[in-house]
Amino acid sequence: MKANTWAGRNKVEVRDVPDPKILNDRDAIVRITSTAICGSDLHLVDGYVPTMQDGDILGHEFMGEVIEVGRGVDPGRLRVGDRVVVPFPISCGACGACSAELYSCCENSNPNAGIAEKMFGHPVAGIFGYSHLTGGFAGGQAQYARVPFADVGPLKIESDLTDEQVLFLSDILPTGYMGAEMCDIQSSDVVAVWGAGPVGQFAMDSARVLGAAKVIAIDKEPYRLRMAERAGHTPVNFEEVDVRSRLLELTGGRGPDKCIDAVGLEATHGSAHIAAYDRVKQAVRSETERPHALRQAILSCRSGGVVSVIGVYGGLLDKFPAGAWMNRSLTLRTGQCHVQRYMKPLLERIERGEIDPTRIITHTLALDEAERGFELFKNKQDDCEKVVLKP
Amino acid sequence: MELTATTTIRKPPPEVYAFWRDLENLPTFMAHLEEVRTTGDRTSHWVADAPFGKNVEWDAEIIDERPTEKIRWQSTGDADVPNTGAVWFVPAPDGVSTEVHVVLVYEIPGGAIGKAVAKYFGEEPHQQLDDDLRRLKQVLETGEVVRSDGAPWGKRARGEFPQRPAQPLSDAELEKGADA
Ligand SMILES: NC(=O)c1ccc[n+]([C@@H]2O[C@H](COP(=O)([O-])OP(=O)(O)OC[C@H]3O[C@@H](n4cnc5c(N)ncnc54)[C@H](O)[C@@H]3O)[C@@H](O)[C@H]2O)c1
Ligand SMILES: [Zn+2]
Ligand SMILES: [Zn+2]
Repeated sequence: MKANTWAGRNKVEVRDVPDPKILNDRDAIVRITSTAICGSDLHLVDGYVPTMQDGDILGHEFMGEVIEVGRGVDPGRLRVGDRVVVPFPISCGACGACSAELYSCCENSNPNAGIAEKMFGHPVAGIFGYSHLTGGFAGGQAQYARVPFADVGPLKIESDLTDEQVLFLSDILPTGYMGAEMCDIQSSDVVAVWGAGPVGQFAMDSARVLGAAKVIAIDKEPYRLRMAERAGHTPVNFEEVDVRSRLLELTGGRGPDKCIDAVGLEATHGSAHIAAYDRVKQAVRSETERPHALRQAILSCRSGGVVSVIGVYGGLLDKFPAGAWMNRSLTLRTGQCHVQRYMKPLLERIERGEIDPTRIITHTLALDEAERGFELFKNKQDDCEKVVLKP
Repeated sequence: MELTATTTIRKPPPEVYAFWRDLENLPTFMAHLEEVRTTGDRTSHWVADAPFGKNVEWDAEIIDERPTEKIRWQSTGDADVPNTGAVWFVPAPDGVSTEVHVVLVYEIPGGAIGKAVAKYFGEEPHQQLDDDLRRLKQVLETGEVVRSDGAPWGKRARGEFPQRPAQPLSDAELEKGADA
């Protein structure tokens, strides 16, 4: 089959690889009909997540048709012919974490748990196409994928919704939603979202659905801010204005009640000298993150507020504003998304027309064009917001 | 060399105990074991896997046990690598899970076998037993040892990096299996 693979730092390549086979009894093989490129793929391709190997198949947002199931798959849960969306964390459904609905912390799905434990103190779940730290599982930017614990994660789509309407249930819609949910939103809340990428857009929509009074979008890409504005959110361009002052203006001097970091470890900074400091530290690996958005969110949030982090961090960061966090009673919440927790309720919201996930799709390309898709998405060319690939 | 490790398994103590007490189950999750054969009520014959030292076999005997709570065993006769082990099954505070605490003690001899055993445990001997218990947990909670494209061989996958790339195995690789 054809698959998009990591070919070294800043390089992806569509290659011919063997077709996937059943390796565990509860596996299924899915023929992929739609897949996508995520902001997390950029961190992997840019080389900021360790343990990538030449030839690793990328992609963790995919859906398609079940063409084979292992003999351990409960036929009441999944059969050949089912149309499914596959959540990005691989979860066993039976461990302590899964029982607590902490699916992205599944204790059984990562065969490289020992490596992850060294890095993070405790292991994390397996994830499709997301380095060997999270298991070394082949990803979904491919014609076919093997899906372990297939009777736990995959969501069956039985209505006639299009792929485009349901594909993002695999990752970024639940991720944005969890970002907003962690904020415990009240009807009087102003919610500020750093990053108007796909995850940020869905965090904004979710904050509105959960009843926020006002939602603010912070980014530097005018077209991404326009997209947020068209959806009813208030844009702030961090290259044009001082973010903190603008947020004070927009909140009567209080600061946003709830702040969401949907940027992660590759943030850019309006101020050149701070950006240079973190870039140098990141280059010599004494700091692995550029946490500008996170720092700004902590400093901007009103006292007693919540800072919810869904942007991805992988290692160590410097100059964490611990004083602001501690002295002003801020709550910091975070996590890789526990996608399985949100798929059904969000599917219902899509069916009821409360959320339109298709609004962020700007490019639909053939799988063969994955390399161009990464270029467009990474370099923000051609007003690219979200790339869907068709195998 | 004394190794200790512990894990929590979301199954009640009697079930975890029963699985371990059937010593023939040990090779499903303990990487260094090829086979354990029960030879009597309390006696068994253990065969090590090649990387642990070729043709290392020994007899063992359960010297103390309390059903659902603990098992203690030791090698008997003139074993190449004299060893003892003990495992405790303790109810976890959540009321449904079992804490498994294991202690293994090996007397590592000189010569080729000693070298092989030392090499097997490497610089981080505890890692092996930690990984064994992770697999025990996988087997009891999910039914199997989980496999990925990067680490496809279950208990034969060593937690090392680099691995094979995260892409499906070819038919030839599958046929050759872990020994390729
Ligand atoms: N927690 C999870 O489970 C999960 C799931 C999916 C994605 N993610 C992460 O979410 C983040 C966003 O993903 P995406 O797909 O939207 O990626 P993206 O790269 O398209 O979006 C990031 C946006 O942040 C903007 N940005 C950069 N620096 C900024 C700053 N200092 N302030 C404000 N905005 C800034 C960029 O211009 C860009 O528009 C990534 O870190 C990704 O890894 C997390
Ligand atoms: Zn993602
Ligand atoms: Zn689990």
